[in-house]
Amino acid sequence: MTNSQVPPGTAREMLRMLLRIRLVEQRIKELYAEQEMRCPTHFSIGQEAVAVGVCAHLTRDELVTSAHRSHAHYLAKGGDLEAMLAELYGKATGCSAGKGGSMHLIDLAAGFLGAVPIVGSTISIGVGAALASVLQGVPQLTAIFFGDGATEAGVFHESLNFAAIHKLPVLFVCENNLYSVLTPLAWRHPEGREIARLAEGEGLLSLQGDGNDPEVVHAVAGRAIAHARSGAGPVFVEFKTYRWLEHCGPLDDQHLGYRPPGEFDAWVARDPVKLYRERCQERGVAGETEVAAMVTAIAAEIDDAVSFAKASPFPARDQLAAHLYAP
Amino acid sequence: MSAEVRNLKFVQALNEALDLCMAKDPRVFIIGLGAPDAAAIFGSTRGLAEKYGPKRVLDTPVAENAITGVAVGAALRGMRPVMTHIRLEFAMLSIDQIVNQAAKWHYMFGGQATVPLVIRMVVGRGWGQGPQHSQSLQSWFAHVPGLKVVMPATPHDAKGLLISAIEDNNPVVFIEHRWLYSIHGPVPEGLYRVPLGQSSVLRPGKDVTVAATSYMALEAVRAAEELAREGIDIEIVDVRTLNPFDEGPVLESVRKTGRLIVADTGSRSVGFAAEVVARVTEQCLRDLREPPVRITLPDLPTPTTRALANYYYPLVSDIAAAARRLTGRPARPEPEIKPDAFLDVPDSTFTGPF
Repeated sequence: MTNSQVPPGTAREMLRMLLRIRLVEQRIKELYAEQEMRCPTHFSIGQEAVAVGVCAHLTRDELVTSAHRSHAHYLAKGGDLEAMLAELYGKATGCSAGKGGSMHLIDLAAGFLGAVPIVGSTISIGVGAALASVLQGVPQLTAIFFGDGATEAGVFHESLNFAAIHKLPVLFVCENNLYSVLTPLAWRHPEGREIARLAEGEGLLSLQGDGNDPEVVHAVAGRAIAHARSGAGPVFVEFKTYRWLEHCGPLDDQHLGYRPPGEFDAWVARDPVKLYRERCQERGVAGETEVAAMVTAIAAEIDDAVSFAKASPFPARDQLAAHLYAP
Repeated sequence: MSAEVRNLKFVQALNEALDLCMAKDPRVFIIGLGAPDAAAIFGSTRGLAEKYGPKRVLDTPVAENAITGVAVGAALRGMRPVMTHIRLEFAMLSIDQIVNQAAKWHYMFGGQATVPLVIRMVVGRGWGQGPQHSQSLQSWFAHVPGLKVVMPATPHDAKGLLISAIEDNNPVVFIEHRWLYSIHGPVPEGLYRVPLGQSSVLRPGKDVTVAATSYMALEAVRAAEELAREGIDIEIVDVRTLNPFDEGPVLESVRKTGRLIVADTGSRSVGFAAEVVARVTEQCLRDLREPPVRITLPDLPTPTTRALANYYYPLVSDIAAAARRLTGRPARPEPEIKPDAFLDVPDSTFTGPF
């Protein structure tokens, strides 16, 4: 798929969201060293374009589910930043009241239905959300984000099959970052078979694109979403991208030696945030001054959110037994 | 206004509960392999697809894991799915969704997400159901915080508990013993509820407390008739809900009788019967006149041939023998069980294969 230029307003908003997600995660990376965010945390740094390009299409009411690496999806869908950071600090003001942490983000007001770290689990749950909308007579798109690893799980195939049978309004988004923890794709999939072919085999319209180019993502997702919203059935999209940091945690892991020589540098050279920032400047969509202003505003927002999170109280002890059952 | 009480089968009671809930609440729908088919989950979903249409009684691919996730997702979005498994074993393929997801979403998202989901599971027995069509794994589910686990023993409770389960805002594992399906009992008309989390005294008595689950409650009733002729008066507490377990009626009964038998359809070790014994010994040790007795399956897979299954399932006579022992009556000769005896059916009307 070739680049199709997005309107300047959308481009600016996508750039702002790319910068915001990157800056938020860089701040989390710094703060994580203070050892106050005591929960397993999976960073999206390097993979932001997929979340941004897809979510740029979604209305606030449309739904998103995600998995363990969900910060970018949560923020791109409009999830509340203060509540997210407070959650990472285990505070009562966190989006899950401190009971979830980084791996269990939720913001129902923003249509972020939930993220969980059991790979594949939210694929079927997202399909169920779409089924509910159809049964309720108000079909509504659900975009389900997952990684390449999830496509190996039975639930992936079961879910695509079910969604296809019922022509559910679902967008399956595979964010293929080439590794499941440290295990490369080549050890998990037969040589030469693209993941997108699996979805084709399940009877879905299946598209692919460069996951480091936000406009490619935007264009591919746009076509897919139009199809899914029209009632023509679910769509699968695969975007190849790359994880810069360790599987879980804020550190670089190149010393582990599992990445082939040159691979990391080649992907970092195609940094989606830098790439898009330059493109927007070249096109005159957002000049240097405007980008600097965006960065300043985002940094201030993050400062405030961090202060809020740090100043927030921990849950009271009586919350331990709260919410076991719904009333 | 008193509702008419009919004498209905357990399966008819289930069917009525589903029908009434679907009529009352458009959010209720059934989803499960074969739910709308001709066999209709042993008749429990009979007529519902015709009455409410294919969107409310959904058949599924053979994909228990995803379908359970679909049900969880639909529940999160305001629907009230009732999932069906004609054998409990098929739910094993969906343990992630039941244990990691359905049971956790309300708690782990700080009370924002609710999963009003009922998962019906049928426990098979007899006619050679064997190792993978007869497991009674209620103890597993009851071990998971966030799940409710229900096992009705009478037609009245089957209907009232299923209605309560469907109206509950939490995931409920609803375990039905296949040998109860043809049991008759009084069932009121219309919507009524048997609250979840309440044990009930099925039969009052003064000599021995029998806390029982599911089919074992019925076996206890049969034992009670036999024992009554010998002057032993057992009190039967039907547990009905294993989680949250209402221990009160059991404790109260033991304080009166001083003797406890726990009869559970599951296997022995680390099972629900052990939980009941633990709670009683923790809270009523000094009321106990004799050590408690567990009547359960042995810690073995279910054999298929009746020549072995005949010695696998506890019998009414086991409950009776335990009651005699606890009350200091002389033991009676154990009934001789022949390997080729037809103990593999609940009554003469039952025919296989399921």
